[in-house]
Amino acid sequence: MSAVLDTLKTKLGQRGLVALALGLAIVFPLFFDQLATQMDVAIFVLAYVMMALGLNIVVGFAGLLDLGYVAFYAIGAYTVGWLASDHFTGVGGESGIHVLVSDFVGNASGIHINFFVVIFAAVLIAAALGALIGLPTLRLRGDYIAIVTLAFGEIIGRIALNGDEITFGEYQLTNGQQAISPVDQPYIPFANFEFDSAFNLRPYYWTGLLLLCFTLFVNFRLRDSRLGRAWIALREDEVAAASMGVPLVRTKLLAYAAGASLGGIAGSFLGSYNNAINSNQFLFSFSIFVLAMVILGGMGSIWGVTAGAFALAVIDRYLIPEVFDDLPSKVGLDFQLTQLSFGIFGFLLVLIMVLRPEGLFPERRRKMELTEGVGTDESVFEARG
Amino acid sequence: MTPLLEVSGVSKVFGGLVAVDDVSFEIPRKSIVSLIGPNGAGKTTFFNTLTGLYKPSSGTIVFDGVDITAMRPDRVLASGMARTFQNIRLFSTMSARENVMVGQHARMSGGLFGSVLRTPKVRAEERLVHEKAGEMLELVGLSPSQFDQTAINLAYGDQRRVEIARALASDPLLLLLDEPTAGMNPEESARLTRFMTRLRDERGLTILLIEHDMKVVMNVSERITVLDHGEKIAEGDPATVRGDDRVIEAYLGKAAHD
Repeated sequence: MSAVLDTLKTKLGQRGLVALALGLAIVFPLFFDQLATQMDVAIFVLAYVMMALGLNIVVGFAGLLDLGYVAFYAIGAYTVGWLASDHFTGVGGESGIHVLVSDFVGNASGIHINFFVVIFAAVLIAAALGALIGLPTLRLRGDYIAIVTLAFGEIIGRIALNGDEITFGEYQLTNGQQAISPVDQPYIPFANFEFDSAFNLRPYYWTGLLLLCFTLFVNFRLRDSRLGRAWIALREDEVAAASMGVPLVRTKLLAYAAGASLGGIAGSFLGSYNNAINSNQFLFSFSIFVLAMVILGGMGSIWGVTAGAFALAVIDRYLIPEVFDDLPSKVGLDFQLTQLSFGIFGFLLVLIMVLRPEGLFPERRRKMELTEGVGTDESVFEARG
Repeated sequence: MTPLLEVSGVSKVFGGLVAVDDVSFEIPRKSIVSLIGPNGAGKTTFFNTLTGLYKPSSGTIVFDGVDITAMRPDRVLASGMARTFQNIRLFSTMSARENVMVGQHARMSGGLFGSVLRTPKVRAEERLVHEKAGEMLELVGLSPSQFDQTAINLAYGDQRRVEIARALASDPLLLLLDEPTAGMNPEESARLTRFMTRLRDERGLTILLIEHDMKVVMNVSERITVLDHGEKIAEGDPATVRGDDRVIEAYLGKAAHD
């Protein structure tokens, strides 16, 4: 009986903690100026946590190491660039194409679709590409999957960079480093409210928070589902999973697609907020950065990954550039701390791997796999397409 | 009635090694059939070929009227053939119950969107699968207090039982057991023997058994097939096989003065 009470307590306690954190997150902007640096930082933090949670599905749940996750950031962002800017001037004739947009862009030429509609497009495109990148990796295992995904991330990055030379008719695919800019600000049609990041960052923040809650929700629901069990099963023992009726191809592709679509959401959000879709935002180092968040927090652990992403994002966007940037010069050294960002991340990762290899808040299973040597990588069967 | 499983001329070659050599045999419905043979005779390879882990080099496998030759393992399971493994392959970080729930994967329909939205249908399905997992574990003799224990923390014999429950959870017509009594004491083996007979009599299951314990084999099987060096060397009821010269030779070796 007391055991039941205890679990109830902890469950209630957990819920209370989550509610408290959510409450604080909601009122957070009220403590800062509408355009405060902290607001800008917070918006990036939200987007990064979303991306880490998306990658968590692929790496944490299904155990497929993905080194090209930046591709989905790019795809989400470019979807916004293509569908909510005047990049395709002239499409739809003089008047352009408009779907649920404000009067402000209502007369602009090009394609202008409401951000909240574009998100769905980003999800679909990212999911399709996620499944596509899954295809060549299906016959592979472990490190080989990582290399294919790495290449995929690079391909998307290169296409973004050289997209100004990929033209169809008068249009360039991406504008490369010239960036697609400006991008329409999100607009809530029925309330007739348009975001304006030049004056007030709060609407962006709350939108990000909402999207993050959705991402968390998807993570939890998928983890505790038929699919979630199948992912764990195939992560632990592909042979047994297949023999127990888990279709490997389908299950892996669903993991890639689900992870990619969450990356697409985060990408479109960040693309819209950045107000410019520039190819140099989509570098390999960003894939590693997101992966580091997942590993730091504890692969597969939803709250762990959230915490890991939060910590790295705050360090990257705030502590290093805003708070401690002039630290070296204060002690008489001639450089800025931002120049050392990756060194600092590397150091933190090494530190975590030495002190707590299972991550900050490890998932129970992953911890067992590490400490008890559970999980096989034995391949007795002929991999099938 | 047509046999449940008809294997004709199946071979499996690895490079130069012929692991299974032109084996044909049948399993009648609702029977218990054993596959025996010395170590390295190709029994497990034969199992892997049946269940789709290996593609046969030649030959056909017809199961319940359907040609399942070289079908994917998950499809083979869905068609009604479930197995256990010689060296236990439970999902070790999952609880006993979760393992058995995975066994029902092929019988479930919840997909990506259903899982995220947790529709009433998905919810009901999850509840049923959860309950059925409990029933299966009870059937194989686990106590309810063990259901939520992590698989790796269970005793060896119990892990074997969970593997059988996981296979049974997919409602198979044919159950393939790969050395289920390995590592069990005589008392446990006897219990498992009775359990197999019960499965056949009460649930109408057909069982194909790889087994080294001759006491179990002779007690439980209606028919025995003997493999040696990948070839079928004998087949028949226990008494016939026991007296077969080639079988004795395969197990004991040829007499030197012969």
